[in-house]
Amino acid sequence: MQKRITIDPITRLEGHGKIEIFLDDNGNVEKTYFQIPELRGFEVFCVGRPAEEMPRITPKICGVCPTAHHICSAKALDSLYKTQPTSSAKKIRELMYSTFMLEDHTLHFYFLGGPDFVVGPTANPAERNILGVISKVGVDIAKKVINLRKECRDVITLIGGRVIHPVCGLPGGVSRPLNEEERLKIEHVAENGVEFAKFSLKVFDDIVLKNKDYVDVITGDVYKHNTYYMGLVDKNNKVNFYDGDIRVVTPDGNEFARFKPEDYLEHIAERVEPWSYIKFTYLKNIGWKGFIDGTDSGVYRVAPLARLNVADGMATPLAQAEYEKMYSTLGGKPLHNTLAFHWARLIEALYAAERMLELSRDKEVTDTNIRNIPVSIPEEGIGVVEAPRGTLIHHYKTNTKGIITEVNLIVATVNNAAAICMSIEKAAKKLIKNGEISDGLLNMVEMAFRAYDPCFACATHLLKNDNRLKINIYNKNGDIIRQL
Amino acid sequence: MPKPKVAFYWCASCGGCEEAVVDLAEDILKVVEAVEFVLWPVAMDFKIKDIESINDGEIAVSFINGAIRTSEQEHIAKLLRRKSQLIVAFGSCAHLGGTPGLANFTDRKKIFDWVYLKAPSVINPEGTIPLQKTTTIHGELTLPEFYNSVFTVDQFIETDYYLPGCAPPPDLIIKAIEAILYRNLPEKGTVLAPDKALCDSCNRRDSKPEKSVIKEIKRVHEVLIDPEKCFLDQGIICLGPATRDGCGQRCINANMPCRGCFGPTSRVQDQGAKFLSALASIIDINNEEEIKKIIDSIADPAGIFYYYALPASMLRRRI
Repeated sequence: MQKRITIDPITRLEGHGKIEIFLDDNGNVEKTYFQIPELRGFEVFCVGRPAEEMPRITPKICGVCPTAHHICSAKALDSLYKTQPTSSAKKIRELMYSTFMLEDHTLHFYFLGGPDFVVGPTANPAERNILGVISKVGVDIAKKVINLRKECRDVITLIGGRVIHPVCGLPGGVSRPLNEEERLKIEHVAENGVEFAKFSLKVFDDIVLKNKDYVDVITGDVYKHNTYYMGLVDKNNKVNFYDGDIRVVTPDGNEFARFKPEDYLEHIAERVEPWSYIKFTYLKNIGWKGFIDGTDSGVYRVAPLARLNVADGMATPLAQAEYEKMYSTLGGKPLHNTLAFHWARLIEALYAAERMLELSRDKEVTDTNIRNIPVSIPEEGIGVVEAPRGTLIHHYKTNTKGIITEVNLIVATVNNAAAICMSIEKAAKKLIKNGEISDGLLNMVEMAFRAYDPCFACATHLLKNDNRLKINIYNKNGDIIRQL
Repeated sequence: MPKPKVAFYWCASCGGCEEAVVDLAEDILKVVEAVEFVLWPVAMDFKIKDIESINDGEIAVSFINGAIRTSEQEHIAKLLRRKSQLIVAFGSCAHLGGTPGLANFTDRKKIFDWVYLKAPSVINPEGTIPLQKTTTIHGELTLPEFYNSVFTVDQFIETDYYLPGCAPPPDLIIKAIEAILYRNLPEKGTVLAPDKALCDSCNRRDSKPEKSVIKEIKRVHEVLIDPEKCFLDQGIICLGPATRDGCGQRCINANMPCRGCFGPTSRVQDQGAKFLSALASIIDINNEEEIKKIIDSIADPAGIFYYYALPASMLRRRI
């Protein structure tokens, strides 16, 4: 008897996500599909819009990481108008961006990824949420998380006008300077940020790394794929969120490609499948070989662990020490363990906080020379940043008046779409045996996905009664035979 | 007394409205204390069966964010209407269609053609496009229908209140929740924000001359923007005169002009038309032809005037 398990919804990614699991006659997993049932068509309705509006329009793609789209778009406009932001404007942008990365990464750990570890992967779903985390780590820490988030979001509001969809980015600069009083305030938040990021790594150390069972899960085969990795690096091959070259390493950790963002079309291609509205990127020079890993497959991964895998280290001292610790603890580089994304994310949060502190102490951020007014005739521009979820590329073409004629976007999560499908299938195959299904097992299937995506609703786990999953098992006639 | 049941659902949205709720910070804990959530995007199952098992009218209020673009979103909006005493359209997309509503200048075919066939990174020699039904050797996979247009929530279901903004600011969200909890609600159909134009409370209002007069339109990237002076007075398009107050002048604080996310006041039916007339009245030329010339010089007037409100406008979409 063939069975089918539907997990719907599973994600907030561009709306919703859905997993279909097909079982064979013995109740073992034969095949899984991860589907995205939504599309909004930004690339098409942006045509006809004035280019300078793009940093205000494209953040609407994602209200969780609007700052990533905003800054990426502003950089695409720099490129479009062949200009550069002034030195102070660049620092203000990166200061805002570092604050955003710190906030986004930290919150992911406590609200989303954290509950699986802090409360436990197979814990009662009613407790496997932020409230469960609070009861385990204490209300004081919860308030610390809420306060840090608020302070960081206030900094982004200060610079960007609004934290949900900032507006300050313009070609050649930013719309508003910072004064000394504001700089001091940001410096104070950054100091708290560094302490908080260190504290978060300690929580991870105490709760996850000191628990042998968790370490076994992280290093085990259920959550592992030998893939290529992609991410931005600076000139010293250190992780950089704001700028640099895109570097790709092989599953063995050797440099496969290192290219300017403007050359992305020579390296990245997208595939369409009839069963999902999302596209699947792959390395063009290897080609699409299906949803498989290994050196012969063009599937690559992005986001925290990928960035650490492609880099030679971190540009700040505390994050560098943690970087070395992670690789020596889990053994070797690159790391292919999907759950190590969680650890890598916290190391990046520490880097973001340290970078934020450096920039907030740089008096140049209060320099009022914040705009280079563009003078070139616009034609084509490409911008890139590392979004929390991975490499993000905005590519615009315009007419000579700067009206958009063509848009192509490689959105961070799309880079991981193929790997996410593979991770879900592998976890399902390893975990679901002989038709035995439980909420805990299915949550462990979800963990394969969750490791990639900090864009789940922070609110997801904020609920007391987390009935997130209802699983219907159908027979081949489509009748529900069991409901969990 | 049992706590009132509350649903929070999203349609074609970005997740910013969910973030706005989390931005209530410590206040969210109070909300969690006062209500029982029965549905939250991602957080809970929204299978038809489960929502249907709730009695009609049993949910005190459903907050719906996002526009309606797919058959699935329409279906769930209708289901929530049946189950809920009150529906609040939450945020610009639910209220007005939002920025993704600009897709009404194009259509489904053009979107599919570009995204899946012609975009420069796509390699698709077989011409594969996503289908509502795909038959695989394992079984049939389905996707919801992607509509030709973007719709506001009230174009499909009766809507009791509107919480404006992209995203709504925390103070208005808390006020709305309190008003609902204490049944201290205004007339049905009200937008839960001040009913006056943004200009009325703009902090640049004092520096604004008696009557703004402009001779040409400038684009934001072309000029250094004076941080004190009214944008319109600088010749920069700012939708303040056609936009409802209540946002806290978030964009203006960053020295950028308003794009109208709160929609118009209750006295205005069409935000874009309202702005056009406001603009015409401050152009310092009497010759109609010259006025037309200036308005024609605006880059993408339709896109700018209907930045957030095309699906809710009299225009609705390009035919």
